[in-house]
Amino acid sequence: MTLPDYEAIDIGHELPALTLPAITRQALAIYCGASGDHNPIHVDIDYAQAAGLDDVIAHGMLIMAYVGRVLTNWVPQSAIRDFNTRFLAMTDVGDQITACGRVVEKFNQATARCVRVEIEAVDQNGIVKASGTALVELG
Amino acid sequence: MPPFSVEVEKGRLRLFAKAIGELDPIYSDETAALAAGFRSLPVPPTFLFCLEMERPDAYDWCEELNVPLARVLHGEQAFTYYGVAYAGDLLTFSSEIVDIYDKKNGTLEFIVRKNTITNQQNEQIAEFDSTLVIRPKSELTTQ
Repeated sequence: MTLPDYEAIDIGHELPALTLPAITRQALAIYCGASGDHNPIHVDIDYAQAAGLDDVIAHGMLIMAYVGRVLTNWVPQSAIRDFNTRFLAMTDVGDQITACGRVVEKFNQATARCVRVEIEAVDQNGIVKASGTALVELG
Repeated sequence: MPPFSVEVEKGRLRLFAKAIGELDPIYSDETAALAAGFRSLPVPPTFLFCLEMERPDAYDWCEELNVPLARVLHGEQAFTYYGVAYAGDLLTFSSEIVDIYDKKNGTLEFIVRKNTITNQQNEQIAEFDSTLVIRPKSELTTQ
C-alpha cells in the first residue's frame, strides 16, 4: 500500500467509510475470545441485566477496531502516529455501525508532513457511538 | 502492577482479524504479510489493548481499587505509536494508574490507566491511556 499524496489531500477530504454488518451476539462472543476481554457484560445477558442494563452491550474496543480499519484501509499502519476515541454511547446488539474519517488539519511537524483526521462511528439512527482523532504521517 | 510480557501469537491475530471483520490479508495471511515487506503478521492498531488483558487477572485493578466490574465502562482510549509490533514479538507492558477523578458531584468516577509497551529489543512500540468510567450505584438493579 502506498501513502496518499500529501499535496493532493485537501482539508475536508473524506476517507472511504466502512459500514459493518449489524452487531450480533455471535460477533460479541467471537470478539470476547479474540480480544481476551472476558467482561461478562458483553456476552452474558443475565449478568448485564443484574448490572442494570437491558441487554449485553458491545465492547467499545470493537467499535474502535472498526474505526482502525478505516485508517489502515487508507494508509499503511506504520503511518499512524496516534489514534484516540471517546466512547459516547453504548452499542447494542442489532446496531449497524458506520465508521468514517475526515481530514481536518494539515501541518509540518519537524521533518514530517502530517494530517489530523477526525474519526467517528455512528449507528443506523445517526447516534455517535465513538469519536476521536488520528494523527497520520504522510512522508 | 508489575510489568508483564506476552508473546504475540499468529493464531490470535487471525482470530482477531476475523472478530473485527478485517479483510486485508496482511493481517491474517503470513504469505501476504511477507510479500508486503513485513517480517510477520502485524499487530493491528487496537490489538495492543487486548494483549494487555493477557495478564493473569486483567481486572486486578478493580479489586485493588474496590470497584465492581459490573459498573465499569470504557470511556476513552488513546494510543501513541512509535513502531509496529509483529507476530512472534515478545511485548512487555508496564502499567500504572495515572489519574483518578470524578464528575457530576462524584456520581461518575474516572480511572486512567497508562501502559507503555516495549518489544524484545527494548524498542518502545507504543503507549496508551485507557479511561474507565465507573457508573453510579443507582443504575444497578437491586437484587
